[in-house]
Amino acid sequence: MNELLKIRDLHAVVDGKEILKGINLDVHAGEIHAIMGPNGAGKSTLSAVLTGRENFTVTRGEVTFKGKNLLEMPPEDRAREGIFLSFQYPVEIPGVSTVNFLKTAVNEHRKYRGQPPYPPGEFLKMIREKMEWVDIDSKLLNRSLNEGFSGGEKKKNEIFQMAVLEPTLAILDETDSGLDIDALRVVANGVNRLKAPGNAIIVITHYQRLLEHVVPDVVHVLHDGRVVKTAGKELALELEKQGYDHVKRLLAGEN
Amino acid sequence: MDKNQDNILDEFTRGEYKHGFVSDVETETIGKGLNEEVVRLISRKKEEPEWLLEFRLNAYRHWLTMKMPAWAKLDIPPINYQEIIYYAAPKQAGKRSWEEVDPELKATFDKLGIPLDEQKILSGVAVDAVMDSVSVKTTFKETLAERGIIFSSFSEAVKEHPDLIRRYLGTVVPYTDNYFAALNSAVFSDGSFVYIPRGVRCPMELSTYFRINAAKTGQFERTLIVADEESHVSYLEGCTAPRRDENQLHAAIVEIIVERDAEVKYSTVQNWYPGDKEGKGGIYNFVTKRGICRGERARLTWMQVETGSAITWKYPGTILKGDHSVSEFYSVAVTNHHQQADTGTKMIHIGNNTRSRVVSKGISAGQSSNTYRGLVKVAKECRDARNHSQCDSLLLGDRCGAHTFPRVDVANPSARVEHEATTSKIGEDQLFYCNQRGISTEDAVGLIIKGYAGDVISKMPMEFAVEAQKLLQISLEGSVG
Repeated sequence: MNELLKIRDLHAVVDGKEILKGINLDVHAGEIHAIMGPNGAGKSTLSAVLTGRENFTVTRGEVTFKGKNLLEMPPEDRAREGIFLSFQYPVEIPGVSTVNFLKTAVNEHRKYRGQPPYPPGEFLKMIREKMEWVDIDSKLLNRSLNEGFSGGEKKKNEIFQMAVLEPTLAILDETDSGLDIDALRVVANGVNRLKAPGNAIIVITHYQRLLEHVVPDVVHVLHDGRVVKTAGKELALELEKQGYDHVKRLLAGEN
Repeated sequence: MDKNQDNILDEFTRGEYKHGFVSDVETETIGKGLNEEVVRLISRKKEEPEWLLEFRLNAYRHWLTMKMPAWAKLDIPPINYQEIIYYAAPKQAGKRSWEEVDPELKATFDKLGIPLDEQKILSGVAVDAVMDSVSVKTTFKETLAERGIIFSSFSEAVKEHPDLIRRYLGTVVPYTDNYFAALNSAVFSDGSFVYIPRGVRCPMELSTYFRINAAKTGQFERTLIVADEESHVSYLEGCTAPRRDENQLHAAIVEIIVERDAEVKYSTVQNWYPGDKEGKGGIYNFVTKRGICRGERARLTWMQVETGSAITWKYPGTILKGDHSVSEFYSVAVTNHHQQADTGTKMIHIGNNTRSRVVSKGISAGQSSNTYRGLVKVAKECRDARNHSQCDSLLLGDRCGAHTFPRVDVANPSARVEHEATTSKIGEDQLFYCNQRGISTEDAVGLIIKGYAGDVISKMPMEFAVEAQKLLQISLEGSVG
C-alpha cells in the first residue's frame, strides 16, 4: 500500500514543556485513522506540528509526507502538498467572503502545481458541485468568512473547504465537538465523499460518535504524548464504554 | 512570534517608498526664513492684485499672534519656521507651449505615472501638476472650457478669474481658522482652482498631482473648488515627495463650495514620503480641508487613502448648511514604522434634515500611532439631523497604537447620532489559517487588509481604487509576523 505519512519518534516542545514524547505513526493511502485520547494527551499538538504551526518546536524525530521531509516545509507548502486541517476553532476574516478566500486558496494550490488560475466560470461550477456535499447555503459563502456563523456552520464550512481543496491527507481536529446530530451527519457525509483510494483521513476526537458515521480502519490512543495503543475500530467503542481512566489504569499497571 | 516579527519587519524595509527620487530641475528659490517682506515677495512674483497681498499680510500678522496647536496626540519636534524656504519654482514651469517645458519636468511626472502630454493620455482624467510652489501643466483645459468649466492653476485663476477667487477665497477656511491655515494663507504658492457652472456635469475626472522636489522647502498649496447649482464633479488629489533625511513641511488648504443640488466627490491618495524605518525624515502634513454644502440637497463626499507622511494632522470636514444636504466621509489611514497620524473628520449640521455618514478605517503597524479624532456637531436650530459614524482600527503587531477620540455635540433633541467603533488585530491565528489553506503570509495580510478596507475602497473611482489597493499593499508589505 502507498505510504502517505510516516512519523518517527516525534518529540515536540511548547513553552519549554515537552508535549509529544516520541510519536510513531504510519498512514497509507485509502485509510481512515482515528486518534483518540484524554484532554492534554497531545492530540491537537500533533495536528499543529504536522501543519507547521510556529509556536511548537520539534526537538527530535522525523515526519515524511509522500516521501518528502514535511518538517522543512513552510505551512503554506504543506497545504499545497495536500495536507488539510479542519480547525477545531475556525477563525473569522471580516470583509473576505468564503468564496473569495477559497478562490485565492485554490489558485495558490494550482500555481504550486504549475497550473493556470481557474477560469472564473469553472471555479463557480466546481463550487456549486461541492456545496451539495455538505448542504451549505450559498448565502453563507458570500458572507465574510466565518463571521457570525454558528458553531455548526463553521464546521460545515471547514468540511466544504476540504471538499473544494481535495486534500491528499485531511486532518479533522475535533470536528465533531459542538455539533448536533444532524450537523454531525452532514459533516460525516462530506468526509465520506472525500474518501478515495488515493487519499487518507485522520480523525482526532474525544468521542466515538463521529466514528459511527466515519468508520476508521485504525484507532490509536494517545496518552501523555505517546501512542499507547493501536487497534481496529472496536477500540473506539471500548474506550467509550470504559473511559480513558481505564487506559490510564492499564498503563499504570503495566509500568 | 517576536523573532519572526523582526524578520518580517526587516523584510518590510525592502518594500521601499517608490517615489523617493529627486529630479534635477533648475529651480528658482528665495532665501529661507519668513517675514513680511517674504510674503510681499511671493505676492510680487505671482503678480498678484493688491487685495490678495492684503489678504496674505493679514493672515501673516494673525499667524504671528498664534501658537502651534498642541492638543493632538502627536509628538511633533519643534519646527524652526525661519529655516524653511517658502518659495521654490522649477524655472521652466508654466510655459504656454508644452514643447518648451523642461524635459526633466516631463520625465518626473512620467516616472510618477502622471503623463502630462495630452496625446498620450488615454483615460478621461484632466490633470493639474504642481511641483513645489508652482503649477507645471494643466491638461485638457481647453476641452473643459468649452463647457464653461474652469480648471487651472490657482495663480492663473487669480489672473483670469479674480472675481470668482475673491468671492470664495477664505470663505470656508478663514485665515483665522487655525495656526497652519494662517500660515498657508500668508505664503500659499500654487494649487488648483475648479469652477463647474450651473447644471454642468464635468465630463472627466479632475485631478491635481502635488509633488515636492526642492530640498528644505515647504509646500503650501491651496485648492478651491466651486460647484454651482445642479453641477457635478469628481476630483482626485495625489501627493508624493523625494526621500530625504530632513523633515519637510506641507501645510495646505482645501476649500469646497457646493451649491444647491450640486455634488462634489473629493478623493485623496496621500503618499508623501513617510520617513525611513527609524523615523528619520518624512513630510509633516498639516492640512485644513473643509467643504460647505451651501444649498439644499447639496452633496459632498470625501474619500481618502492615507499612507504617507511622517506626521499627519488633518480633519477634512463638511458644514451642512443647506436643508437636506448630505456629506459622507470614507477614509483608510495607514501608519507604519514611526509614522504618526491624528486625523478624522468634522460634520457640522446646521440645515434641517441634513445627513452625514463617516466610515474610518485605521491600520497601524510597526511602532506607529494612529488616532481618529472626529466631531459631529448638531446646531440648536437644526432639526432632524442624522449621523452615523463607524471607526475601526486594525493593529498589526504589538508595538503600534490606535486611538479614537469621537466627539459628539448635539444641541437639538431631534438629532439621531450613532457611533460604532471596533478595534481588531491581525492575529497569528488568522495568518496561520490562511497559511494552512495554501496562502502565504504576505498574501494573507493583503487579503485581510483588502477585506478590512474593502467598503471604503469600493466607493472610490475605478482607477483610483486600483492605485489605492496597490498602495496599501506596498505600505504594509510584510509588516506582520
